[in-house]
Amino acid sequence: MSVLLDVKDLIVRFYTQEGTVYAVNGVSFELEEGETLGIVGESGSGKSVSSLALMGLIPSPPGKVESGTVMFEGRDLLTLKPDQMRLIRGKEIAMIFQDPMTSLNPVLTIGTQITESLKLHEGMNTSQSRKRAADLLDMVGIPDAYRRLDDYPHQFSGGMRQRVMIAMGLSCNPKLLIADEPTTALDVTIQAQIIELVKQLKDEFNMAMIWITHDLGVVAGIADRIQVMYGGRIMESGSSHEVFGDSRHPYTEGLLGSLPRLDSSGEEKLTQIEGSPPDMRNEPSGCPFAPRCDVREEFNLEKCWDQRPPLETVADDGGDGTHVMSCWADIREGVAENV
Amino acid sequence: MSSQVMAREKRKSLDENDVILEVTDLKKYFPISAGIVFQRQVGAVRAVDGISFHVIRGETLGLVGESGCGKSTTGRTILQLYRPTEGSVRFEGQELSTMSGNELRQMRRRMQIIFQDPFASLNPRMTVGSIVSEPLQIHKIYSNKKERQQYVEALMEKVGLNPYFINRYPHEFSGGQRQRIGIARALALEPSFIVADEPISALDVSIQAQVVNLMEELQDELNLTYLFIAHDLSMVRHICDRVAVMYLGKIVELGPVDEVYDNPQHPYTQALLSAVPVPDPQVEDSRQRIIISGDLPSPANPPTGCNFNTRCPVRFDLCFEEPDPPLIEARPDHFVSCHRVT
Repeated sequence: MSVLLDVKDLIVRFYTQEGTVYAVNGVSFELEEGETLGIVGESGSGKSVSSLALMGLIPSPPGKVESGTVMFEGRDLLTLKPDQMRLIRGKEIAMIFQDPMTSLNPVLTIGTQITESLKLHEGMNTSQSRKRAADLLDMVGIPDAYRRLDDYPHQFSGGMRQRVMIAMGLSCNPKLLIADEPTTALDVTIQAQIIELVKQLKDEFNMAMIWITHDLGVVAGIADRIQVMYGGRIMESGSSHEVFGDSRHPYTEGLLGSLPRLDSSGEEKLTQIEGSPPDMRNEPSGCPFAPRCDVREEFNLEKCWDQRPPLETVADDGGDGTHVMSCWADIREGVAENV
Repeated sequence: MSSQVMAREKRKSLDENDVILEVTDLKKYFPISAGIVFQRQVGAVRAVDGISFHVIRGETLGLVGESGCGKSTTGRTILQLYRPTEGSVRFEGQELSTMSGNELRQMRRRMQIIFQDPFASLNPRMTVGSIVSEPLQIHKIYSNKKERQQYVEALMEKVGLNPYFINRYPHEFSGGQRQRIGIARALALEPSFIVADEPISALDVSIQAQVVNLMEELQDELNLTYLFIAHDLSMVRHICDRVAVMYLGKIVELGPVDEVYDNPQHPYTQALLSAVPVPDPQVEDSRQRIIISGDLPSPANPPTGCNFNTRCPVRFDLCFEEPDPPLIEARPDHFVSCHRVT
């Protein structure tokens, strides 16, 4: 497999009246063709902003992509002109957003909205594009598809609207689909429907996918690789089995410990991460997790406060070097390295 | 195994006969009106459609279901924040549904609510001190200002807030801290029963455990009884002793939490539990999901017969006939409303 997307040293900031928001502070990752990457993080971790940045969708001002490269099929997306970017967005890379009600235009019919990108990118005429749109709706499981093209978004339920969004995202056979919390607004039974649908379509279209979520359970079932973000940086990344089964970073460990499990009766107390997520208006120095980290406290690591830990392969990760984390200590080893 | 034994021991300390809340055939319909000048009622949203259950002193009863199933309305109707359309709510032996406003205000010293959204449920123009002490003022407890402030400070400490921040405003706090303010307000009058209406849904994952641990500690310390309304089924298993599953205004399954989760009887509960993702790829890879098709029907126009018959994978003729299936005891303490279960 070859690398489809290569993000290097992405830095995004927002210059607001209340000060500079350091949203993404040096994020690098690769995505292979056909691979599913799950980006996990809490609100303010920079997970959405980093994917908006690679789509060229950061509102500017106040936002600014300070540095970094996003190589996609040999081109740096960050250097493209707006009209060049428009040819990629929706065609090569598509995006599904969290709330299907606010991301669909309420005064246009579903048909108009789906056929728009088909006409633009594929040069189809009205009847061709309507036929294709009906096929797409049918594929995502909307009954009576041809007739429903003339319905407006409010005539669909939440789950159905999200299916419409997916149909729209898939309309031009993108190579990469970015899904930003696509099931967060939905109930669990509907979420399960959507996840099954996306998994099946992903195989059919052989797309790569970035699935952004705060729900560790959702990515466990869908992602090949997981990337845990905190404070605008990648804390840990690896195959989903590595990150969940052999997590090394104190934040990942804490996050997994704080989750009750459906499949075990929870009599033990949940382990809690003390404190609250960082204020992103402070200029980052050191590890963003340092104020809440119990490993730092235990080993009294001074270095965590002012030196950024590099993203490095963990000790004995199994040889392929894909399990990386950014921490001065390795909790599994129980030792602080390089102190 | 050991955890199940522990769960049983935990419940043993409860007195099964000490019923704090008894809800019988509770209904709450919201009218749908039409017409501009002359409003007339053309239908009703059956948010809660005849539910019965009881809560034992000191336990946590979970109320779960998808959005629109009537779980929040149930919580609010119990506290008489909505007056019930029909049915009875007996709290500590007294009937609430026929009480006047004044009597109810006295009862609210014993029963309180924690809301979902800590951003919307705190008045942004009031300081933490005045938010937490408002119930004390209304009920004329601590006429001495100094004593009142001391009490509020002690309360803030109890819920893990620094009393130093007593004069700050809600916007100066994070989501988790705001929810602690909401909890302090609910505790101010030393109630015995608290309706927690999705208290952690709006919080970040790493903050949820903090709030849940706090609620558990307070329950042990103050012998509180919780009605815990949530859609996060994993958290419900962790915090609750018993659980009631609601679907379209009705309880479809009710029982001890481990029993319901390990042996779900109703096809809806089975589908609901199988749809919840587990943060473990090994488990996820081998899990069989029951995907139920379709959406929740409108509570303004529920199906004839069993409410679940539009989506049920095991439906048969009887399910489409009135009356809908009764809630029967299928296993010890485990109640199910399904024609397939007898």
